[in-house]
Amino acid sequence: MLEKLGEILRKATDKIANAIFLDKGLVDSVVKDLERALIEADVNIILVKELSDKIRKAAVDERIKGIEKKEHVIKLLHDQLTAILGEYRPLSLRKGKNEQNRIMFLGLYGAGKTTTVAKLGNYYAKRGNKVALVGLDVHRPAAPEQLKQIADKNKLQSFVDFQEKNPVKLWKKYEKELDEFNLVFIDTAGRHALDKELIEEIKVLNKAINPTEIILIMPADIGQAAKKQTREFLEAVKISGVVITRMDSTAKGGGALTACAETRAPVYFITTGEKINDIEEFNPKTFLSRLLGMGDLETLMEKIRSVTDEGKQKEIEAQISEGNLSLEDVIEQVKSMSSLGGFEKIKSMIPGLGSAKIPENLLESQEAKISKWEHIMKSMTQEERKNPELLEKQTSRIARIAQGAGIHGSDVRALLKQYKLLNEMIKSGKGGLGGIENMSHGLDQKQLQKLAKKFGKAKGMRF
Amino acid sequence: MFKFFREKLSNWAKKLSGAEKNAEREGESTKKIIAKPEREEKGFFEGISARLSKIRISEKDFEVYEEDLRTLLLENNVAYEVAGKIIAELKKRIVGKELLKKEIEDEIKEVLKEIIRGILIEPYDIIGKIKEKAKDQKEPYIILFVGINGTGKTTTIAKISYFLSKKDISSVIAAADTFRAASIEQLKKHGERLGVKVISQQYGADPAAVGFDAVSYAKKNHIDCVLIDTAGRMHTAKNLMKEIEKISKVCKPDLKLFIGESITGNDSVEQAKSFDWAIGIDGIILTKADIDEKGGTAISLGDVTKKPILFLGTGQEYDKMEVFNKEKFVKDLGL
Repeated sequence: MLEKLGEILRKATDKIANAIFLDKGLVDSVVKDLERALIEADVNIILVKELSDKIRKAAVDERIKGIEKKEHVIKLLHDQLTAILGEYRPLSLRKGKNEQNRIMFLGLYGAGKTTTVAKLGNYYAKRGNKVALVGLDVHRPAAPEQLKQIADKNKLQSFVDFQEKNPVKLWKKYEKELDEFNLVFIDTAGRHALDKELIEEIKVLNKAINPTEIILIMPADIGQAAKKQTREFLEAVKISGVVITRMDSTAKGGGALTACAETRAPVYFITTGEKINDIEEFNPKTFLSRLLGMGDLETLMEKIRSVTDEGKQKEIEAQISEGNLSLEDVIEQVKSMSSLGGFEKIKSMIPGLGSAKIPENLLESQEAKISKWEHIMKSMTQEERKNPELLEKQTSRIARIAQGAGIHGSDVRALLKQYKLLNEMIKSGKGGLGGIENMSHGLDQKQLQKLAKKFGKAKGMRF
Repeated sequence: MFKFFREKLSNWAKKLSGAEKNAEREGESTKKIIAKPEREEKGFFEGISARLSKIRISEKDFEVYEEDLRTLLLENNVAYEVAGKIIAELKKRIVGKELLKKEIEDEIKEVLKEIIRGILIEPYDIIGKIKEKAKDQKEPYIILFVGINGTGKTTTIAKISYFLSKKDISSVIAAADTFRAASIEQLKKHGERLGVKVISQQYGADPAAVGFDAVSYAKKNHIDCVLIDTAGRMHTAKNLMKEIEKISKVCKPDLKLFIGESITGNDSVEQAKSFDWAIGIDGIILTKADIDEKGGTAISLGDVTKKPILFLGTGQEYDKMEVFNKEKFVKDLGL
């Protein structure tokens, strides 16, 4: 996502940094590129004009000389972009013993409220909260069914009613039962800010529920209408934060992000795909760093935490420290990587990898591959699983496994290669998930890039 | 709709024509020498009268106000590349043209109107097409609906089915979105309310097969039109775009409609292009037009796809859908 925008921003910074002298022609061309990139990202047009004026002014400011000036302009650009993205104000939950967080969601039709409610429910349930999802969208056909289906699929508790048409009554019905949950997510019907009836409904709901947070859901591809909608929603109810959806694909979220920055509504999360784990906390600083190709390990770590089962992870870590990792463990690792959304989604977070050229076919069909691995495992004996080296010594085993799993011998060999590679990395203390955890603390840029190259070279390596 | 755009555009045209007056007065000393040598040659009298009644918008004058127009178009959700095209075209047509002062505003509006008319393709009559196929081939007319997530495909299909029933055209709906939770239930509820058969399979089923079933059902039961709902998909998800290609190949739709949102910004262009490239769309339905008064997305989509906009979705009820009228749209822009 956002590659194109990032590239233009990077180029602009490079152009300034590499210039011997900041003449008017250079500044003009940089500003023009910037303007275009930001406008195409739907950043509010007035903000874009302000930004380019500031850069132009700084570039011709006679008081700052030489290299200082270049640094000054680049810093100014960074600051301005950070300002556009808004402040870092994450969602903070009330953690008191008998305190309940009631979080109500609202937004335009089709912005992704129900999906987001489920994603956030999953996100917080994984972090040890007792989560309930309440469906108060009584208007859209099959909205309760949708919430229930995703909740059931992800083992989340949902409260929905297929008959009741009054959301307030519905809330009253569940209120008692909800007492035992510390985190209650409330899904509401889609509405737009000009629809008086529905705005009235949300006001009434607001009174009845008395939510601790009201979160507005906005799609990333919304254009210049973003600002007006945000404003009017803000007027109707007190919005405490925003989640921006559909941040994958080509939409750049500029409209939604700037609307939030301007109305000072913090962006809590962005969502980046259709799967339950495709959600991440929004941090303007690391977001910009990713945009400029400088990676974002913080978010990567957070993502890894959200997809891995704590108990299992500890078990694996214990084995890692003992230095013996079975094939099952390796596959478990790769699986959790894959539930991060695959390599495609995390590569921009690893410093040095975002701009690295990785052949596309390398990234595709990972799921098919992993399901193959599972078949292979099932065709192996206990002994072979614990000691995959056996297969290398007695290659007839490979043929047997391949036949049993209904695949080619080369697939088994590929898995073995992968296993060896990961095992090596883990043994040398730099691999696996634990390894990445260390990396964010200890490794420098060069080491990371070396690792990145290693990933790129290992053909079968598909996270 | 589009009120905001209308007022602003009108103001801009006034500004440009008014600016001529100011430029004429203030810049007289410089302009005389630099910009208008040819007028001097016409002789004293002619020069005077020309200045009184006619002016010529020079490239420089236009450039001064060009940025304002660009901002105006962009603010109203016209995509960046399309705004550029409109401005270039307007410039080509009015710069250097000799105009009566009082005519300038009207002339600019007229030219802009022509440009936008040129961008928007005249919508065709779906009803006529459906009836024609029923008469000539005795076969159901098949419409495939595509778009990214959450643009309102399912709601639009229900509206179209209602619209067709008002014209005495029977329809069957294929629940080929087998991915999103409760999408099938959603369509079935619409079907119950509208009294329209919904053909479905279980979740995770091959969407192309669902579409095929619906077409077979329509043939057997002499139903005029098949409406195929598909899962919302990001235009960058390659496997999902392949899937839509397959659905299109299997179901052989007569009409492939792209469902876009009128509130989408610059990305609308990318979205429509990708779907057009994958399956070749025949028309566009813009939803959520009641949310936004700007109308720029219609212009952008018309320009990049060269496909007509057929309907505008304007609310939650089944009758909240307008047949897109090009002339009315241009008129609503206040031109």
